[in-house]
Amino acid sequence: MISLIFLVPFFPLIGFLINGLFRRSLSKTAISIIGSGVILLSFIISIILFFDVKDNGGIVVHYFNFINVESFQIPFAFQVDQLSVIFLLIITGVGFLIHLYSTSYMHAEPTEHFGRYFSYLNLFVFSMLLLVLGANYVIMFIGWEGVGLCSYLLIGFWFKNDSYNYAATKAFVMNRIGDLGFLLAIFWILNRLGTATYTEVFQQASSLSPSDATAITLLLFVGAVGKSAQIPLYTWLPDAMAGPTPVSALIHAATMVTAGIYMIARSNVLYSLSHLSRDVVAIVGLATAILAATIALYQNDFKKVLAYSTVSQLGFMFLALGVGAYTTGVFHVMTHAFFKALLFLGAGSVIHAMNGEQDITKMGGLRKKLPITFFTFLIGVLAISGFPFTSGFISKDEILVATYAHSPMLFWFAVFAAALTAIYMFRLLMLVFYGGFRGTHEQEHHLHESPLAMTIPLIVLAILSAVGGFVQLPEAFGGHHYFNDFLSPVVPAEVPEGAGVATKEYYLLGGTAVGLIIIALATYKLFAVKKFTRVYTGFKKILADKWYIDELYNSIIVKPLNSIAGFLNTVIDKSIIDGIVNGTGRFVNYSARQLRLLQSGQVGNYILFMVLSITVLFLVFWNQEIILAFLQKIF
Amino acid sequence: MPIQYYIALAACLFCIGVVGVVTRRNAIIIFMCIELMLNAVNLLLVAFSKMHYSSALAVNTHTNAGIDAQLFVFFIMVVAAAEVSVGLAIIVMMYRNVHSVDINFLNRLKN
Repeated sequence: MISLIFLVPFFPLIGFLINGLFRRSLSKTAISIIGSGVILLSFIISIILFFDVKDNGGIVVHYFNFINVESFQIPFAFQVDQLSVIFLLIITGVGFLIHLYSTSYMHAEPTEHFGRYFSYLNLFVFSMLLLVLGANYVIMFIGWEGVGLCSYLLIGFWFKNDSYNYAATKAFVMNRIGDLGFLLAIFWILNRLGTATYTEVFQQASSLSPSDATAITLLLFVGAVGKSAQIPLYTWLPDAMAGPTPVSALIHAATMVTAGIYMIARSNVLYSLSHLSRDVVAIVGLATAILAATIALYQNDFKKVLAYSTVSQLGFMFLALGVGAYTTGVFHVMTHAFFKALLFLGAGSVIHAMNGEQDITKMGGLRKKLPITFFTFLIGVLAISGFPFTSGFISKDEILVATYAHSPMLFWFAVFAAALTAIYMFRLLMLVFYGGFRGTHEQEHHLHESPLAMTIPLIVLAILSAVGGFVQLPEAFGGHHYFNDFLSPVVPAEVPEGAGVATKEYYLLGGTAVGLIIIALATYKLFAVKKFTRVYTGFKKILADKWYIDELYNSIIVKPLNSIAGFLNTVIDKSIIDGIVNGTGRFVNYSARQLRLLQSGQVGNYILFMVLSITVLFLVFWNQEIILAFLQKIF
Repeated sequence: MPIQYYIALAACLFCIGVVGVVTRRNAIIIFMCIELMLNAVNLLLVAFSKMHYSSALAVNTHTNAGIDAQLFVFFIMVVAAAEVSVGLAIIVMMYRNVHSVDINFLNRLKN
């Protein structure tokens, strides 16, 4: 099985090369088959690897030395263990479904751009696989940068639109801020331990001083904050919705944004050394969860709601990591990948049917026209809201229980955020699928259920969202922890057990069920309407305008930077640097004009100069000792 | 005669030549002044040659020390003659063109 590992990222790379190089000559069908087929192959190998790892445990495969400087070595090696194999399955599995969906969703694109799209998507999968497979932080960083690049390319996929390009640049720049933190953390680790390989780093981690451990983990977290869109770097993710919807599903919901969670779960040994870092992670995560959820309440763009919901759910995952429940965080990554990919693909299906319309105030009553999309979307909404026995319920319930064990105060905040999640998701559901249609007649006429290539991924993901959580049943229902047990060799499970937990879970179960029904009824009454006002006032306006965070960043960071750049441009560059350069030129010109006067054309003058020069030469020659002595005295 | 006389005479001739070249504008006069300077050098060569020869004669009766300087003088005269023929030809052409031998007319090559 070892020999198969390299094939997992190799297939998407091949797909990238073929689709990228031959995008002009291949037909759309060929591009679709190659683009999705390579991911399917990777998925099959990932399944084989999964069962192999399940039976035999993890392995590290060394290929060659990436950097080799005397005693310092960074090998190019892949680590396949329980954690990375879970991510392999999520990336290739969900990735394949989204590729399949894209073949239909992007079909209206010209062939050339269709090929470009699939080559970017394959490159993304390749980078993401590199990220999770790498056996040291440097290889992870290569993948980390690769996914950032692909994210940039795909957000700006429709590059003729300036605002999309701006969103792509914004995402890239904000990711770079995080990447800097990650890079510094790698340097710090290399400096203190002399190695970046996980196994060696974690073995020697106990020799780190507490301040070193805190600094490293905080810097790693800065990287995670950038990639996983947490406060204060989350604003790029909602803007990233400029990309095609399947891209949002794959990159900005299911996989890339969870890279930060993967990184922290992978580094759990380091995080267990620093309580401060864990508290920071938990608080930032929780704050993000609440902030993003409040913003999502009043968004009217279909994809923006889902984007803020993603930010909020990522916050939950960080909360889980911060309270020490690493496996729960990873578990939520998995369930979130199912239901959020489902929701985004459902959104894509609706937008497709609505001919590109994304404003939910112009939708409504779509459940009859798009039955499959509606049912799968409903399951997604139930899962993300935590309806009992769906995957989202089980993973979120675990997060809440773990948070309660850590600190009851954080628990109540988390419950608040979870309740907000349910509210905005049901609002979305009601606005889009219930009530009367609010769009134009043309749109109403155009409405149709999406083709099979789009509905099959929806159905598969809906099934996964519904039952995907049963690998990890809570205490209250017999309680088995296949997921935790599977991950335990890599990530220690810290799930509280015992009768007390089970009682609390009964309360949670009852509370969630009752709460969800109330929320569903309330949102039905409020939003399943024929007419919908979109003018917000007061506090609602603040939420609808996203707490003015973008404006704040603009005024305290972007504008000062722009004015500094403007100052450097006009004063330093144009006046000083250009002044020096132009001055040199002007001086040469001027002196040349003066010297030119010497060449008068009068032969007598020339001869006079000749004679004078010869006389001076002779004088110097005769008196050279005196002159030399004089010069020595001076210098 | 002591060598100093020759040197002084040659220096005088040379300076007259230089001053003439620098101050006069007539091309033919300048030409003559250049010849004057050449001849001042020739005079020095011959004078030093003679001086060397007489001092060497006291040691060896069959010496021909300093003889090469006199040969040199002939070469210089030959070169000067060639130069005169070229130079005068230039001056003739110049006169034909501008009806003047004033060298300041030559600055019309300027610009």
